[in-house]
Amino acid sequence: MIKFTPTDKKDTRSGFGSGLHELGKQNPDVVALCADLTGSLKMDAFKKDFPDRFYQTGIAEANMMGIAAGLTIGGKIPFTGTFANFSTGRVYDQIRQSIAYSEKNVKICASHAGLTLGEDGATHQILEDIGMMKMLPGMTVIVPCDYQQTKQATIALGSHKGPAYLRFGRPVWPIFTEGRKFEIGKIDTMIEGSDVSIFACGHLVWLAIEAEAILAEKGIRAEIVNLHTIKPLDAQGVLNSVGKTGCVVTCEEHQINGGMGDSIAQLLSRELPTPLEMVAVNDTFGESGKPTDLLKKYGLSADAIVTAAEKAVKRKKGS
Amino acid sequence: MSQPDIAQLKKLCSQVRRDAVRMVYNCQSGHPGAALGCTEYMVALYFHILKHDPAFNMDGKGEDLFFLSNGHLSALWYSCLARAGYFEIKELSTFRNINSRLQGHPATHEHLPGVRVASGSLGQGLSVAIGAALSKKLNHDNRLVYVLMGDGEQQEGQIWEAAMFAAHHKVDNLVATIDYNGQQIDGPVDEVMSLKNLKAKWQAFGWEVLESDGNNLEEVIAVMDKAKSITGKGKPVLNLMRTVMGFGVDFMMGHHKWHGVAPNKEEFEKAMAQLPETIGDF
Repeated sequence: MIKFTPTDKKDTRSGFGSGLHELGKQNPDVVALCADLTGSLKMDAFKKDFPDRFYQTGIAEANMMGIAAGLTIGGKIPFTGTFANFSTGRVYDQIRQSIAYSEKNVKICASHAGLTLGEDGATHQILEDIGMMKMLPGMTVIVPCDYQQTKQATIALGSHKGPAYLRFGRPVWPIFTEGRKFEIGKIDTMIEGSDVSIFACGHLVWLAIEAEAILAEKGIRAEIVNLHTIKPLDAQGVLNSVGKTGCVVTCEEHQINGGMGDSIAQLLSRELPTPLEMVAVNDTFGESGKPTDLLKKYGLSADAIVTAAEKAVKRKKGS
Repeated sequence: MSQPDIAQLKKLCSQVRRDAVRMVYNCQSGHPGAALGCTEYMVALYFHILKHDPAFNMDGKGEDLFFLSNGHLSALWYSCLARAGYFEIKELSTFRNINSRLQGHPATHEHLPGVRVASGSLGQGLSVAIGAALSKKLNHDNRLVYVLMGDGEQQEGQIWEAAMFAAHHKVDNLVATIDYNGQQIDGPVDEVMSLKNLKAKWQAFGWEVLESDGNNLEEVIAVMDKAKSITGKGKPVLNLMRTVMGFGVDFMMGHHKWHGVAPNKEEFEKAMAQLPETIGDF
């Protein structure tokens, strides 16, 4: 039986829009910038209620990142909004020099990340952004799992100091974190277990919860960990869970190279070598299609998580 | 506004040029050409035009702000910052060395007073300056934001994104200057990638454009005064400033070779002989 009952279904980008609007009310220093995707990023409410603090940059993302860096001088807290592809790969050098190296308090908010962008296809389905952003010194990287948590993460970033990347998406997705505490840099253990630690971020957290029910029927007790903050990594939280279970599955809507699983593998290889399986896109680009069909085709499903968990458990027993 | 002390500013120009060439010579790396070409502009800014506080605060509320987009002019900027009191003059001797705050290209990472954003990768400074100008507007701070760019840098696409934005959003508390020396690393700008009619381009983007001779100190001051007087009228302001790369050292003048090359001992001594020590070397 699935241990969480969704309270509703919404897109995570709406959680961002709602959180940003809330922040606008709370803090007059919060400003927002958007590169011609105000509706897609759900920034309309902020724009309507705080027009003097909203900047339309047109289709010019590099300039948007530079302006955001400049706005911090004088104490503003800028939130930039565009698709994840245009928030990272397109403007990597601007982020690197003007924001990360310059230690500017800019919040880079990125929607339509990963395969679940769907029909627009691989040109827009960035699967490398977590890697690019986590490599920048001082950059915080957060990938919330549902509407509610994206809203919480957005609000939390309002009082967080330093550059940050917030990654969310397009599809309507179950909401299942109502009432849960969100803290940047701390894992959230959704379901406790003893046989395998399943670390997931973003849309894959829900799929991991579905997988847990299937695994339970097979007699495998999985621990489901919502690893929303990829950087700084909650190393102690990860080690505590893995110390208990002895094997690991990582799940993310990202390339296998450079993503969240890569961070966990690196930590464990240094601190606690453990059998580990990765559910991620395996070094390929995506394509057009329905989000759920794409997730399935590229191996990001509850069934794929179950298979990986069984393999991890088997490897543990074999050692 | 107070009258400029032209004699004193000219002394500073000579000393700052000496500093810049010695800094590059000492570490045998850096960019002497454009530093020499923009000396009058930078000296005029820091010793006459800007309202600024060398105690340095990142937010700079109530101060005029300056951004250097073409970060390879770092030797010139550091000399002016040190001589304006942002840090000790003797620190100039650490330029480009390990464990120095005086990075090859300007950075905030080592907390060097006076620097508000890293620059070096070209095309980014105008955007940052626009952001800082918007921040001033939101804070009801009526001081101005200044930014210097290179002419080769005009080949970067981000410059034109920023130019479009500033005019569209009426960022009229901003004075940008282009160091129009006609040279870039691979040769004359006209041969590498012609800018064609740069003045007409900026005007077409909606900016108020002034032209000046950047190696004539009195003219630099006059054009910046003029620029200041036309701020607050709905348009961003651009100063298209003609300079000679390497100005003040005869064998460096007007040639792209001196964009990013350090002088040898003989060249250094020859340069020093042409740039009188007026205030005291570091």
